[in-house]
Amino acid sequence: MGTEKMTVESVPDPAILNPRDAIVRITSTCICGSDLHLYNGLVPTMEQGDIIGHEFMGEVVEVGAGIRSDKLKVGDRVVVPFTIACGRCFFCQRELWSCCDNSNPNYWIAEALMGYSPSGLFGYTHMMGGYAGGQAQFARVPFADVGPLKVPLGIPDDKLVFLSDIFPTGYFGAVNCQIEAGDTVAIWGCGPVGQFAIRSAFMLGAERVIAIDRLPYRLRMAEQAGAEIINYEEVDDVVQLLKDMTGNIGPDSCMDAVGMEAHGHGFLYLMDKAKQAARIESDRPVALRECIQACRKGGTVSVPGVYSGFDDALPMGAFMNKGLTMKSGQTHMMRYMRPLLERIERGEIDPSFVISHRAPLSEAPEMYRVFRDKQQDCTKVVLDPWAQIAA
Amino acid sequence: MNQGICSTSACQGRAAAVGRWSALIGGGTLAIFGLTRRSKSGVALAAAGGALAYLGATVALGARQFFATSTVLLNCSPEEIYRFWHNFENLPLFMRHLESVTQTGPRSSRWVALGPAGARIRWNAEILLERENELIAWRSVEGSEIGIDGSVEFLQSNRGTLVTAIVSYSPPGGAVGKMVARIFGKDPNFMMRQDLRRLKALIETGEIPTTEGQSHGPRSAVAAAAKLFDPDRPLRRGLTNRGPFGQKRGIA
Repeated sequence: MGTEKMTVESVPDPAILNPRDAIVRITSTCICGSDLHLYNGLVPTMEQGDIIGHEFMGEVVEVGAGIRSDKLKVGDRVVVPFTIACGRCFFCQRELWSCCDNSNPNYWIAEALMGYSPSGLFGYTHMMGGYAGGQAQFARVPFADVGPLKVPLGIPDDKLVFLSDIFPTGYFGAVNCQIEAGDTVAIWGCGPVGQFAIRSAFMLGAERVIAIDRLPYRLRMAEQAGAEIINYEEVDDVVQLLKDMTGNIGPDSCMDAVGMEAHGHGFLYLMDKAKQAARIESDRPVALRECIQACRKGGTVSVPGVYSGFDDALPMGAFMNKGLTMKSGQTHMMRYMRPLLERIERGEIDPSFVISHRAPLSEAPEMYRVFRDKQQDCTKVVLDPWAQIAA
Repeated sequence: MNQGICSTSACQGRAAAVGRWSALIGGGTLAIFGLTRRSKSGVALAAAGGALAYLGATVALGARQFFATSTVLLNCSPEEIYRFWHNFENLPLFMRHLESVTQTGPRSSRWVALGPAGARIRWNAEILLERENELIAWRSVEGSEIGIDGSVEFLQSNRGTLVTAIVSYSPPGGAVGKMVARIFGKDPNFMMRQDLRRLKALIETGEIPTTEGQSHGPRSAVAAAAKLFDPDRPLRRGLTNRGPFGQKRGIA
């Protein structure tokens, strides 16, 4: 309802507005790290009354007339990806799902800021479509014959719900590292996306993963996955340490799984913080600068972390002269949801390890604060939209 | 290089001859420039220029002449979009300010646009020229409240069909003129671009993306006020997405 003001309201149930819509009764929904950027009021074009939330799953309760029953029908259990894609434009046909040309009704706003608009997103600003999100009991899902992944009944929500964003996003971050067997990957940020990225990097053949964060409980979780860890608050110079750890070659790939609200220290960080508060810089690209600085010559920088606008003092000299490649994007969800579901079904990974908090939807405002302030060792909050408040 | 495409202010008050010759010369220049590019965008430019020159040559221009033009690449065949556009009754599906178009004969149609406060502007149009799967040009005829002419060109490329639409209009004075100004807003090209964007979504996906009518929490007065300055705002509520596009499509 305003910066740092989150409330739970009763609103009319969503209705089918277009032939390819479906309505989903939500059984599990989560708070994403990127929701905290909205909570902190750092992403433009939010309005009071917007419904947030883009990580949800549930049961289809209504489908529009334009959806064939072999694609989706009432009663299907689905995980809904956070990106909305039409399936038929130039970009969708090239599997660049998060670049869909037809799903953002407010294309022109994003176009003014970015040149072209990416796909529409659930519950993530009017610039990204203004679609009502999924931290709710029901949600309207546009182009429902393209996005939602049908999932079997036998697997609990906890193992599946992260297919809606963070598991594929961490995996996409690792794919973008262009890992070759034997590679060393350094990952800034051990939040939920970072955790999935660490595990995905190993799946894709990385020999070593070095995880960087400041929160001991998150570093422990990274260590459990086999990563070497650096607590940047305890070392003088992360870049030098990474050189030392790799025989002065540097990590083959560096991943920024932090994004626009990075923490750090030093002059540039303080400048970023001041400029972001004064709205003259969109983001605090502390992690991204270190990624570019630390990456080995000819290596790859992967950026799954969310950025919103314009960033200062990026070391383009290092980027150019070292011949780096940078890969990024909102996740092309439909490329990865099914293969990752199969990994879950085969028991290769149980994504529920990341959950630290469960709460009824009615307690969401409090959970936003806990998650933002990293209280109670908070890693990931799953909300039950139907539970009553615990007495 | 787009000297032929006059902005609202640039063209205001120009004499008929000047408007006409500027369209002719500017369009011709654009076409020649486009043809020398030997690229896809060059071809598009040439097409736009050609159409503009065509309008300049054939259309009797009023005292004030305005243009709106835009180009969009559709993931469909020229046959498909030609057939869709040729039935003018389809145009209100994606042209936000049209209330209805009724075919009154094989080459004639009756158009109704919606102005502010429910006011209407009516005109009759006839097809001037049509080349199957390539071009349609039309103009308003006698008995119309406004002089408004248009053309649309379809150009096949290896990535689909390039659609270039141009509308030129010469509003009369008085209340109707003011209404027309409100409809086209400050930037006629923006309006045309938005219309073609809706056309693209409709043709490619069978529907136009929208959030109009979805649930939300209590809005603030600030947000409501900001809506008034939304350049894509329809002049009347409920104008978007009238009736789903029933036809099933074979793409994808």
